[in-house]
Amino acid sequence: MAAPLTLLLIVAVTIRAVLFRSSLAELISERVEVVSPLNAWKRVVEGLALLDLGVSPYSGDVFHETPLMIYLFHFTVDYAEIVFMVSPYFVDCLSCLLASLDRAKIFRKQKYALESDRYPADCLELLRSPKEMFYIPLKVAMFYLLNPFTILSCVAKSTCGLNNAIIALFIFCTLKGSALLSGILLALATYQSIYPLTLFAPALLFFLQRLYIPVNLRRSSFWCFTLQYAFIYVGSLVVITGLSFFLLGSWDFIPSVYGFIFSVPDLTPNIGLFWYFFAEMFEHFRLFFICVFQINVFFYTIPLSIKLKEHPVFLIFMQIAIISIFKSYPTVGDVALYMAFLPAWSHLYRFLRNIFLVSCVLLACSALFPVLWHLWIYAGSANSNFYYAITLLFNFGQTFLIIRPLTRRRKHPGGFDNEVSCFKSSVWKSSLKS
Amino acid sequence: MGLLSDPNRRKALTNLLTRLNTPICIVCYLAAIVWFMGLAFEPFTLRTYMSENAMGSTMVEERFSSGERALSLAKEFDAHKRKAGGMPVEWLVKAMQARGLEVFTQSFSRKLPFPDENKERYMVGGRNVYGILRAARAPRTEALVITAPCSPGNSNNQAVGLLLALAQYFRNQIYWAKDIIFLVNEHDLIGMQAWLEGYHHTNITGMEYSPLQGRAGSIQAALALELSGDVITSLDLILEGLNGQLPNLDLTNLFYAFCQKLGALCTIQGKLQRNDWDTAEGYTHAAQTMMLMVLKQACGRSWGDHGLFLRYHIEAASIRGINSFRHYKTDATTIGRLVFVFCIKQWYKHHSVYFFSFCPTVKCYIMEVELICRCRCSCITLAFSVSLQPSSPGMLTVLTPVVISHLTGVALYLLPVHLQEMAVEHFPVSETEAVVLTAIAIYTAGLALPHNTQRLLSGEGTEQGWKVLKLTALLYLAVLLGCTALINFSLGFILAVTLVPITASITPHMPKALCALAMVLLSPAFTILYCVFIYQELIEAPVSVGEGWMLFLSVISQGILDHALYGSLVYPLLALFIYPCWLMFWNILFWN
Repeated sequence: MAAPLTLLLIVAVTIRAVLFRSSLAELISERVEVVSPLNAWKRVVEGLALLDLGVSPYSGDVFHETPLMIYLFHFTVDYAEIVFMVSPYFVDCLSCLLASLDRAKIFRKQKYALESDRYPADCLELLRSPKEMFYIPLKVAMFYLLNPFTILSCVAKSTCGLNNAIIALFIFCTLKGSALLSGILLALATYQSIYPLTLFAPALLFFLQRLYIPVNLRRSSFWCFTLQYAFIYVGSLVVITGLSFFLLGSWDFIPSVYGFIFSVPDLTPNIGLFWYFFAEMFEHFRLFFICVFQINVFFYTIPLSIKLKEHPVFLIFMQIAIISIFKSYPTVGDVALYMAFLPAWSHLYRFLRNIFLVSCVLLACSALFPVLWHLWIYAGSANSNFYYAITLLFNFGQTFLIIRPLTRRRKHPGGFDNEVSCFKSSVWKSSLKS
Repeated sequence: MGLLSDPNRRKALTNLLTRLNTPICIVCYLAAIVWFMGLAFEPFTLRTYMSENAMGSTMVEERFSSGERALSLAKEFDAHKRKAGGMPVEWLVKAMQARGLEVFTQSFSRKLPFPDENKERYMVGGRNVYGILRAARAPRTEALVITAPCSPGNSNNQAVGLLLALAQYFRNQIYWAKDIIFLVNEHDLIGMQAWLEGYHHTNITGMEYSPLQGRAGSIQAALALELSGDVITSLDLILEGLNGQLPNLDLTNLFYAFCQKLGALCTIQGKLQRNDWDTAEGYTHAAQTMMLMVLKQACGRSWGDHGLFLRYHIEAASIRGINSFRHYKTDATTIGRLVFVFCIKQWYKHHSVYFFSFCPTVKCYIMEVELICRCRCSCITLAFSVSLQPSSPGMLTVLTPVVISHLTGVALYLLPVHLQEMAVEHFPVSETEAVVLTAIAIYTAGLALPHNTQRLLSGEGTEQGWKVLKLTALLYLAVLLGCTALINFSLGFILAVTLVPITASITPHMPKALCALAMVLLSPAFTILYCVFIYQELIEAPVSVGEGWMLFLSVISQGILDHALYGSLVYPLLALFIYPCWLMFWNILFWN
């Protein structure tokens, strides 16, 4: 297990290092699919420069990272220049790499935890051979580390990788059963990009299930734990926000970061659904449609939590996917995060039809993004409608990808027991045939 | 959802697809070709229209009458060119200044990756001269460019003469609302590239040039003049630019309409339009014109000096004067009027016409998208057929051939230019030959690779293995052809027509020798060879096999040069993507 993982890490590191050194890095870091106004490295550098000059980085409309992030980069950059005497460029490469290395370990451990926690032993044997299960962490690591989307977003030095790392850590802590750390990390993730707020519900459900507390509104133990967890979460959120205020000395960052996320003023094309719609919209209806679009992310939490309350880990996956589809400035890095979780549900693949079709759609879309961009911006033989059509198709593919496992759940409300019986009966049928 | 999620119906659908796979593919392929050839048939194509902005060409009064002066200026220019032994920069600067233009020069130099034997140049250095006529009636935010190349020898003198005469005439008019730039560039496209990069402050190709001292507004349109005789019979409109880009359709229509109004003969691809589309000859003529355009567009090079403007999103075209044995003569005055009217009309913004792909006749254009669907659906249906067979994840067995073919592609892309010195040392060939022959050698060596590596690495290939590989390769090819067709439709179409039949039907169980021969004959290199012969046939200058081979070699060297000099994409596309993809299919043939 260790050997292939090491090999994988070496391959992943080599690919990134080679790409960093090549002339492609600059091209990639300009692509609108890979970087968004929120996480572009160019803007971080701009913010750092402003900070060094003693100007608030949020004056002007360039920088939209959170204050903690800019101070993190502030110190890593300094550290690099003093100690290693190498360019900040390389440090970021290293930090991104380290983050992804960490992530691989996290995922590995997390998968073990997932495996041992979630399923009863006999069910496990039926569902997967031990060998198959043994390779799942490796597969998850491979899906994340060798995913072209992750590589692109890492080479572009998009800070999206760090946000992903925080969310991954949060999931890890949650699965490990540490409510305190999980609450703090969730607060950090929320602080970074507001949307992980919706992960509160699945995390809470997971802890309740773990502590054998039934979800019953009349039970005091339920309320007791919910309040406890909410207190950790809200408390750390307040602390972090307060910390940023003291670091920066002003509340500038609130409108500049969260206002920017919510009101979508930057309509640079990206792989999301917002830009085209709001570019075409009459100013009069803007507020209304912003509400309609933003509510998508948060709204699905309630029905999904009710439907999937027995499977909080799966609910986390669903929520991350929904966030990456409906958030206001999505990049391929966000897509890569939930795609890395797909191998964890590989036992559902036999129920998952159209996977070939969906992957073809995603593949073709990824190839068509740069082509149509070229035709639109440079050649002038296409227009924004073409690009948006591909965006729609891409999101359609994503929706299809996550909706299949969900409908499996829906059709078998008994969840795993039912799937096991399904599996048993299919085995029985096939043995009859032969 | 219903159709795709209901298992029974789904099964029926997939069964139907698997059963009818072969007929569906053949029908799709044939339909695509028939549809494509139908484009040359007038009733099939959509009529072009003049959008409202480009209308009213009759409203312009053209009074340019100094055709004689243009010719005398041309003679003067010729004399000075002979004396200077190149571009007479000082004389040009003086001549332009005398006509009241703001004149600037720009020097540039470029070392080619290897000597260009067609144009006999290696270390290129020269100067561009340009004069700006400032707009009298508007802020200087927009500009037009009229350019004439200063070519060696006796050609193109008349173009420069006409340029100067036009400058004089334009200077006397007071109603210009756009700056007009008169540019005389040296070393045709290299000079043009240097000027454009200087004007837009970019450096894409590593050219060395001095910065421009004077600028006008953003360029809206450009016209390149190529006139080599005092008397010409017809004007040829050249549209194909770099990477198969074409200018706005309105520009073409406008030009055609002006030609008709002024009574000049306008040809496209050197062929005069015919009105008898319903006869066999008429159709053949239109089809020939279309095929010429397809071939020219597919090769991705710029066929006139205007081609580089298109990259900067500037509508541009070249006008070439042709002197054949027709009775009808056009003089310089008419051409001057034409250019004048053209400039006047550039006041208006062009209406956007997005899909302009061929001119079977100048009057017709077609929608590209439908075509792409047609040539691609044949690939995609095939991908389906393979996918329906259950495939275990034999990803590692697939990875080896994929990586090896791509490494061969990278070698094909990088080595020819980098190894030329070594090749020249060891073999008695010139640099250019060395580059081309290295490319061909690597290409041929690539054919031997998969056969051997497969044996070495994984022993006998499994049945499952080649199916997965074929699925991957077909998907890859489909995406590749789709993207190519979007950027350069002609190239995508030619590649699809030659690659699809053999790649779609390939299996390791077919007779090896026969299949290998068919695959080699339909490989990308042979496609280029066929295109050379067909092109020569179409321009009515058939060549023998030996000459054809020499032309083929020079086409390859020109392709590599175009990539290095102007950033043409055809060579990297073929070397890095199409060839490896083809090698993957080659691999399947020799699977066990």
